[in-house]
Amino acid sequence: MKQELEMDSRQKEIENLKDYKYGFSTDIENIRAPKGLSEEVIKFISKIKKEPEWMLNFRLKAFERFKQLKEPNWQKPKYPKIDYQDLYYYSAPKSMKDKPKSLDELDPKLLETYKKLGIPLQEQARLNGIAVDAVFDSVSVATTFKEELTKQGIIFCSMSEAIQKHPELVKKYLGTVIPTTDHFFATLNSAVFTDGSFVYIPQGVKCPMELSTYFRINASETGQFERTLIIADKGSYVSYLEGCTAPMRDENQLHAANVELIALDDAEIKYSTVQNWYPGDKDGKGGIYNFVTKRGLCKGKNSKISWTQVETGSAITWKYPSCILKGDNSVGEFYSIAITNNHQKADTGTKMIHLGKNTKSKIISKGISAGQSDMMYRGLVDISSKADNSRNFTQCDSLLMGNKCGAHTIPYIKNKNLKSNIEHEATTSKISDEQLYYCNQRGLNQEEAVSLIVNGFCKEVLQQLPMEFAVEAQKLVGISLEGSVG
Amino acid sequence: MLSIENLKAKIDKKEILKGLNLNIKPGEVHAIMGPNGSGKSTLSNILSGKKGYEVNGNIKFEGENLLELETEERAHKGIFLAFQYPLEIPGVNTNTFLKTSINAIKKARGEKELDAIEFLKLIKQKSSELKFDQAILNRQLNVGFSGGEKKKNEILQMSILNPKLSILDETDSGLDIDALRIVSEGVNSLRNKDNSFLIITHYQRLLDYIKPDFVHVLKNGQIIKSGNFELAKELEKVGYENFN
Ligand SMILES: Nc1ncnc2c1ncn2[C@@H]1O[C@H](COP(=O)(O)OP(=O)(O)OP(=O)(O)O)[C@@H](O)[C@H]1O
Ligand SMILES: [Mg+2]
Repeated sequence: MKQELEMDSRQKEIENLKDYKYGFSTDIENIRAPKGLSEEVIKFISKIKKEPEWMLNFRLKAFERFKQLKEPNWQKPKYPKIDYQDLYYYSAPKSMKDKPKSLDELDPKLLETYKKLGIPLQEQARLNGIAVDAVFDSVSVATTFKEELTKQGIIFCSMSEAIQKHPELVKKYLGTVIPTTDHFFATLNSAVFTDGSFVYIPQGVKCPMELSTYFRINASETGQFERTLIIADKGSYVSYLEGCTAPMRDENQLHAANVELIALDDAEIKYSTVQNWYPGDKDGKGGIYNFVTKRGLCKGKNSKISWTQVETGSAITWKYPSCILKGDNSVGEFYSIAITNNHQKADTGTKMIHLGKNTKSKIISKGISAGQSDMMYRGLVDISSKADNSRNFTQCDSLLMGNKCGAHTIPYIKNKNLKSNIEHEATTSKISDEQLYYCNQRGLNQEEAVSLIVNGFCKEVLQQLPMEFAVEAQKLVGISLEGSVG
Repeated sequence: MLSIENLKAKIDKKEILKGLNLNIKPGEVHAIMGPNGSGKSTLSNILSGKKGYEVNGNIKFEGENLLELETEERAHKGIFLAFQYPLEIPGVNTNTFLKTSINAIKKARGEKELDAIEFLKLIKQKSSELKFDQAILNRQLNVGFSGGEKKKNEILQMSILNPKLSILDETDSGLDIDALRIVSEGVNSLRNKDNSFLIITHYQRLLDYIKPDFVHVLKNGQIIKSGNFELAKELEKVGYENFN
């Protein structure tokens, strides 16, 4: 019941919001790397972060490779050529130079920003049972709850800190799921990544709270390249939440993160994303290019990785959170809601690579397109010849609003094992005027009606989100479709 | 409460209502009967604000110009339409729909919205009154409901929303004998000096239970005859063909 009341009062708040809620930018002095991409810039980043030599070498190796790679162009949404020499690869609030020891030492403006974003940094965080690692542009600002987690041996810190304090773990796992040579954007990330989150859950430990990171792009002309690494040791469990926002700017900003998940024997990782990067304005000007590589490795037997994503933002979303099911009996899941409105474009889906025996994967994808937007589901299910008795179930549903948007589904299916089985279902439907009329007759206005119908359409995915996020996500679904009918 | 003056309506250039007049006072129950295609559903759609019609004439509801109000505003003011063909909305839980609906109306009226517990109490009471299986309310709205279940669901919504003017568009079609009685009781229990009803039906049987104050015959887009309950009986005997 308390939840209900909360929902109602938050509902009101949401209703007061018309445009992009997070579209303010904070006026903070930044330290930036020189513009452009070069060995010098990479050395600058590595140096400012006081990285050990092996880390610098990791970056330089990636950069060497990057120079030989060509930017891919097979995706459906095309974009104007990005000038990689015209970007800043490192930008940090000046006050971060001497890293604050506690929250009180933080620049009040930063704290104000987080407050606006609704990030529960301090005591609220405790109440919500969420530990937050906040990434502001390129540097992790504050990590809450560290102590409580430390007691259980859980490591939850910024990537930079992990490189300093837990080099053995970072060295052992970084780049093992997404190799430095992987593909254009992933390789770029390996060369210039700035910060991100690091999580290690020791053997047998069930992480007692949701771990959460908020990313925020603040400085202009800045690319954001986070790197996140989550390792769940044998028999452990962790649920991780990622939320993203960015201020409104006229130019397009590139976001090319790498996220690597590793689950050892009997371990489970649940990774949830609510992404509402600035989508650009109504005419398609500005907005984030969200070109992210997310990949999970079910390394051990009986391990499980599930991705849940609610993608409502960005001008272009181009990503395929994937699972490599290497351990026998391992399970991969992908639950996705992707919404495009106005001129937004998305080419997203997942890859499930079955290598171990008795591996199972499940894909539930809900695409909603409105306005003049374009949505593509692209998914690969690959069952190798050794993956006996493996199963995949894929359900891809598209919902269209209006006549100017597009929805496409391209499943790639490769089954090299006769004992294994792939099931694919797909539907496309439209919100009809009759349905809206029915809702209107019952007192719902156009926006409430759309929000109700759409939330119903993606309920299966929303249910996968942790409660706090589910409420937020429901609102987001409504907001991002505002003005799409009538 | 409701006065309709010289109502004309066209859709896709086809003239459907051709100068219809009707007056409903608070507490009255009016029945409309008429052959297929005579414009009964069109009338209910125009009253509840469906878009797409070219409408001429005057409609006043509680002194206000009804035609100027949005569909949902009419619902907020207490107009309810039990659909002849209730819509299916996949994915939307019936309880959620009902709760969103009642709270949207309450909010618009500046009343306190129902929380989960108050809502469940209300729904429990109303569905037991209407002998409506509550389990059904956990299913997707009207999806896979039988014809009769859909109609009963409309009546359940009506009794929850307690509207000032309820329009029932052939709610009795497709109901079994028991359901017909229960639905009629549902209507009768909402009857009071303030609530009015406009009941569209093809069968006298419903009217036996509900006992309307007035019966109108709609033919060719006009009300060609009005009378009391006896008119329904006469119609049943002679049919529309010989009725002019
Ligand atoms: N979009 C439309 N275009 C053309 N004609 C239409 C349209 N909608 C309704 N009509 C016509 O208007 C007439 C009146 O329809 P309406 O649904 O109001 O009839 P009704 O009296 O409710 O009939 P029934 O008893 O069968 O329910 C019918 O002839 C119908 O075919
Ligand atoms: Mg009809």
